[in-house]
Amino acid sequence: MWKEITVVEAMSLPQGEASSPVGRRVRRYVSRPAVVTTALVALTGLLLIAGHGVGDVAQTGLNGLSFGAIVALGAVGLTLVYGILKLVNFAHGDFLTFGAYAAFVANVSFGLPIVVAALLAMALTAMLGLAFERLMWGPMRARGAGMLQLMLMSIGAAFVIRYTIQFFAGSDVRMLDVDRTAVVELLGLRIGRTALIAGVTGVVVVAGIGLLLRFTLLGKRMRAISDSLALAETTGIDTRRVIFVTWLFAGAAAGLAGVLFALTTNVKPELGFELLLPIFAAVILGGVGHAFGALVAGLLLGVATEWSTLVIPSQWKLTIGFVILIVVLIVRPQGIFGQARAT
Amino acid sequence: MSALLSPFAISLGGITEVGFWTGVGVLAGIYTLLALGLQINVGYTGILNFGQAGFMAIGAYAMAILVIDVGLPFLLAVAGAIAIAVAFALVIGMSSLRLRADYFSIATLAAAEAIRMVAQNASGLTGGNQGLYGFDAAWADMSQTIEDWLGGIGIGDAGGLLPLLIVVWGVALLAIVLLRHVQRSPWGRVLRAIREDEDAARALGKNALSFRLQSLAIAATLGALAGVFLALNLSFVNPQAFEPQAGFIGFAVLILGGLATYGGVAFGALIMWTLLEATRFVDLPLEDGQIASLRFILVGLLLIGLMAFRPQGVFGKREEMVLGD
Repeated sequence: MWKEITVVEAMSLPQGEASSPVGRRVRRYVSRPAVVTTALVALTGLLLIAGHGVGDVAQTGLNGLSFGAIVALGAVGLTLVYGILKLVNFAHGDFLTFGAYAAFVANVSFGLPIVVAALLAMALTAMLGLAFERLMWGPMRARGAGMLQLMLMSIGAAFVIRYTIQFFAGSDVRMLDVDRTAVVELLGLRIGRTALIAGVTGVVVVAGIGLLLRFTLLGKRMRAISDSLALAETTGIDTRRVIFVTWLFAGAAAGLAGVLFALTTNVKPELGFELLLPIFAAVILGGVGHAFGALVAGLLLGVATEWSTLVIPSQWKLTIGFVILIVVLIVRPQGIFGQARAT
Repeated sequence: MSALLSPFAISLGGITEVGFWTGVGVLAGIYTLLALGLQINVGYTGILNFGQAGFMAIGAYAMAILVIDVGLPFLLAVAGAIAIAVAFALVIGMSSLRLRADYFSIATLAAAEAIRMVAQNASGLTGGNQGLYGFDAAWADMSQTIEDWLGGIGIGDAGGLLPLLIVVWGVALLAIVLLRHVQRSPWGRVLRAIREDEDAARALGKNALSFRLQSLAIAATLGALAGVFLALNLSFVNPQAFEPQAGFIGFAVLILGGLATYGGVAFGALIMWTLLEATRFVDLPLEDGQIASLRFILVGLLLIGLMAFRPQGVFGKREEMVLGD
């Protein structure tokens, strides 16, 4: 049923028409998996409220949304690259680390304001992504490299980025120069000012990217390339430019995610790798290639991670991400918003 | 010119020492076992197992726990550790082997990280970050027996690692011989058929999932053995020894030697660990942490370079590099 609709839409893409009736749109978004997920989250929330009271559940949920926004911001770039270029980039986590250190150098070593440092970090991380595309991914794609080749290259790239940073900066844990003690009161809940800023920024940026991709020609071109690079090229799409923009978004979002995570925690060489599996979980839960899927899944994952601290000791909370990842892969590998694809 | 070059001088004094080479040999043997498991998975069955470090961790921890807490004799504990690793492989495999190759690799990486988190946080069982000690008394006796025997035939002063070196490579070479034999059997040909064309293999009535599970179970066995030897080499186990990096060094070893060749794995492991351990002798004004970083940069560059310019490795055949096309 849904498959037919997407096929029709995919066929109409090159002509640039997106006039599907409202009914179809509603059916496309409010799919069964989304309903099931909502029901599961609501049920878990109610059970936790029954056990621990509204206050605790709302407080941990709020913390989770902030963490989840950062995960979503990390996931949006990975999901675009994965979906459009079919590249499983294990170095993506280390892009976050790179962003965090770039901001650290700008903010602490050069004493620039944190906003300027964050913008610089975004620009530099985007350039890092583009450099890898120019030097590695582009030429390898042109040679028709296999998936294993590209995956192992991305692991190599991850090692090179992380340990080059560690070589120069050492493995000490560092802090950005921001006031992390300030707390904001919201409807009786307390959240750190940096966590609030990080959460809001993350949601706004990911939602912005999602809207941009849904309603602009650029987004359509990306989806066309995602379906078939060769076909997109024959329809006259400047694929090189679209790929360039994809890495620009992916790198800048990853750099910003690294800075935001560093704002709420600290700066260390393993920062990005520790977030990589939660990010992969968000990518797969949200459906590979879906920016909004990454947003929803990232927030869900963040909330689940923090809610888990009500039930189990908090040192286990990161394992929740792994559990969700494995369960999603088994139950619904195409994710909440993804479409069933031939394997 | 000489002033420019002098910081990069390498003092080769240490490289001629026996202790250096036994150390390299033991690590190379351990990684041969680890990467033989990757070879049967990646090279011969076409499944991307990124969780080999997890099986290694299970092998080491299960052996240590069975000796310390349960009081099993050493060899029985090793057998138990292998059984646990295989059981775990079957659980992971049955749930995730139906997935696409890229999803399977992510799932196995997540499983290995979950194992490491358990090792780190279930401190009642695993000692947490302090790790576990005192499981190698039986091995120390065995090692002494071998050393005495070696002394009897005139090889006396080669250092305490020689018995471990002999046992590790004995097991590794036995594994290579067995695997090569198995690979030529009808069973081995089915594995390759599944790698090349799963549908065709299924059309011949072969249960692809079952064969893949068996392949993963063999990898788990080899990974667990590698973990046991790593634990004996370190004489303690702690979570840091089983970070995913270990599995990826295993991949570098695998690719260096070449896909679909078991002998190549041993070659790759020897080259890899000679390179990695030789970084110690690079006479740069660097701190220990920086040299450790340098090693991983080297592994990363090696992976990138091999994949870009010689994906079939030294001994592999180009036509075996079929994954993901």
